[in-house]
Amino acid sequence: MARAVTRNARIGWTIAAWAVALLIFFPILYTIITSLKSEQEAIAGFDLIPSFTLESYQTVQSQNNYWRPFMNSVILSVGSTLLALVVAIPAAWAMAFSPTKRTKDILMWMLSTKMMPAVAVLVPIYLIFLRTGLMDTRIGLTILLMLINLPIVVWMLYTYFREIPGEILEAARMDGASLRDEILYVLTPMAIPGIASTLLLNIILAWNEAFWTIQLTTTKAAPLSAFIASFSSPQGLFWAKLSAASVMAIAPILVLGWFSQKQLVRGLTFGAVK
Amino acid sequence: MNTTLRALLGATALCATAGIGAAQDNVTLTIATVNNGDMIRMQGLTGEFTAANPGITVEWVTLEENILRQNVTTDIANQGGQYDIMTIGTYEVPIWAKQNWLVPLEFDDAYAVDDLIPAVRDALSVDGKLYAAPFYAESAMVMYRTDLAQAAGVTIPESPTWTDIMTAAKAMTDKSAEQYGICLRGKPGWGENMAFLTAMSNSYGARWFDADWKPQFDSAEWKATLTDYLTMMNEYGPPGASSNGFNENLALFQQGRCGIWIDATVAASFVTDPKNSTVADKVGFAQFPNKDGVDNHGNWLWAWNLAIPTSSDAQNAAKTFIAWATSKGYTELVASKEGWRAAPPGTRTSLYENADYQKEAPFAAMTLTAINSANTQKASVQDIPYTGGQFVAIPEFQGIGTAVGQQFSAALAGQMSADDALAGAQSTTLREMTRAGYIK
Repeated sequence: MARAVTRNARIGWTIAAWAVALLIFFPILYTIITSLKSEQEAIAGFDLIPSFTLESYQTVQSQNNYWRPFMNSVILSVGSTLLALVVAIPAAWAMAFSPTKRTKDILMWMLSTKMMPAVAVLVPIYLIFLRTGLMDTRIGLTILLMLINLPIVVWMLYTYFREIPGEILEAARMDGASLRDEILYVLTPMAIPGIASTLLLNIILAWNEAFWTIQLTTTKAAPLSAFIASFSSPQGLFWAKLSAASVMAIAPILVLGWFSQKQLVRGLTFGAVK
Repeated sequence: MNTTLRALLGATALCATAGIGAAQDNVTLTIATVNNGDMIRMQGLTGEFTAANPGITVEWVTLEENILRQNVTTDIANQGGQYDIMTIGTYEVPIWAKQNWLVPLEFDDAYAVDDLIPAVRDALSVDGKLYAAPFYAESAMVMYRTDLAQAAGVTIPESPTWTDIMTAAKAMTDKSAEQYGICLRGKPGWGENMAFLTAMSNSYGARWFDADWKPQFDSAEWKATLTDYLTMMNEYGPPGASSNGFNENLALFQQGRCGIWIDATVAASFVTDPKNSTVADKVGFAQFPNKDGVDNHGNWLWAWNLAIPTSSDAQNAAKTFIAWATSKGYTELVASKEGWRAAPPGTRTSLYENADYQKEAPFAAMTLTAINSANTQKASVQDIPYTGGQFVAIPEFQGIGTAVGQQFSAALAGQMSADDALAGAQSTTLREMTRAGYIK
């Protein structure tokens, strides 16, 4: 009897888990379905069976050059993430292993910078970019995306580092390790799962950023967010084309997420030394 | 006229307008535009321009309309200089021209500026100077199913009144067959339901503001406008109409669900296109309706235009491109490549005198009538302190128009009464106009 209840419960939980997963994934699934419809079908109403036409993908390909924004997305997301790690690892180390009475306040202050709506600082940032020649440049956007995501990176790394016993670092120091050696050869290898998940999450955040990447670019540095924005039409049907452009834009990051999901989940759920 | 001859004529005119550009050296033009069929076609033909102007390279930035508006506004207000040519609407042109943000456009005789349709030219001019060149323009008109009208035993005259429209809509409605008498915009937004309702209110004799900028939503004319709109939509319109904008109604009409659709004239080419419309050969056209006794057909006038910001450092090359893209020669070029139906409509008188165009575009005559009858300098029969047809040409209108549009859309969705929506619109507009300093 008990086994039957357990089995029933397990089936129930499995169904519930699949239902929740499907619910979360449904917007992406429906975008994929819509991209395989004709424009007339796409606007006709809710229908899960498309006519499986690739017409929209062909139109999107012929209208816009996909590879330039794709390369920009890769460079901006990877570049800003690596830059953020270079800045955040020492910062998180300092706060985790040499905390002061203001460390918590500094962490809260860093997080508070994420609370301001981006549009509130649009004009000053725009003018800084304009005056410094960073407008529509990859380097300008890489720095900006790094700064935008830096608080989250520092927070995540700080959380992982806190779980590493300070005694291990002390032992390394007693063995003659310099500060650089301590961070590079002792701390970093131990925090690899955490650093990997931080890196992946930050790449996803940078890849999906759409406000600044559209506002501060025109042609040279525009990533896939700008590519998607070009397929919405005020006069004329566009849902299928927009969906096709969206699928093309999110496909690389979906594939990355799929292959790295084990590391991502492990990093997000386990501690550094477990 | 055969295709080769047309192409030769087009090429000759293009060379004339593009002649200045041939002398320019290595200039890159960055052009911001929207994703409309005509604009995409222009991008596809850019090679023709660059071939005639080897020193000029063209880079396109295509964006969703609202994002484009935000981007180019940020750029021009800060003198950013990111764009050499901006695609902007008739709403922005007079406001930005008064701020000295746009370069006045002067063309040589080959451009034939007098060929521009006067109503469109006026809407793009400030103090007699042209600040943007129209790429395509539109007014609004009635599009209706001739077969359904005939079956229902009703006639829609060339210049109908709202009573005619309501009678026809009622007769054509058969909700059990998903056949709706009338489809109108209901989606909230200053460029969505408020474009239609502002034009409709003009045709009812209403106005947004009196001479002292006091909002007029408490007037009898606005009450009649909104009441009749809600009656038509609730009784003869499709379900969920409060979510329907231009594109949704276009799809409904193309699928044969609407008896009457009153919207932008540019829609005529979509609904008569046999490739996409199931009712392509059953569409009749009539002027935007007026209320009995009110001599006003809505005064809807919109154009997507090419303008040069003063911050551009390639103004000569930009002017060369605009002269090419908005020339008679460009129209000939499009016709030679894709047929006359694809010619950008609404900007030049000569297009509507062209027998080939008239033959291929059954909506040509009514489109021209609609555009010519639009008076954006005085949209209401009452005294008004503003210009603009289906909008009020003040910077605050985007915000106010959308807020009012939300009230009216809520009334259409049944969330509030017409009286409550009008009261909400009045108080919102009064507050914003006072805050903006129009009302002391």
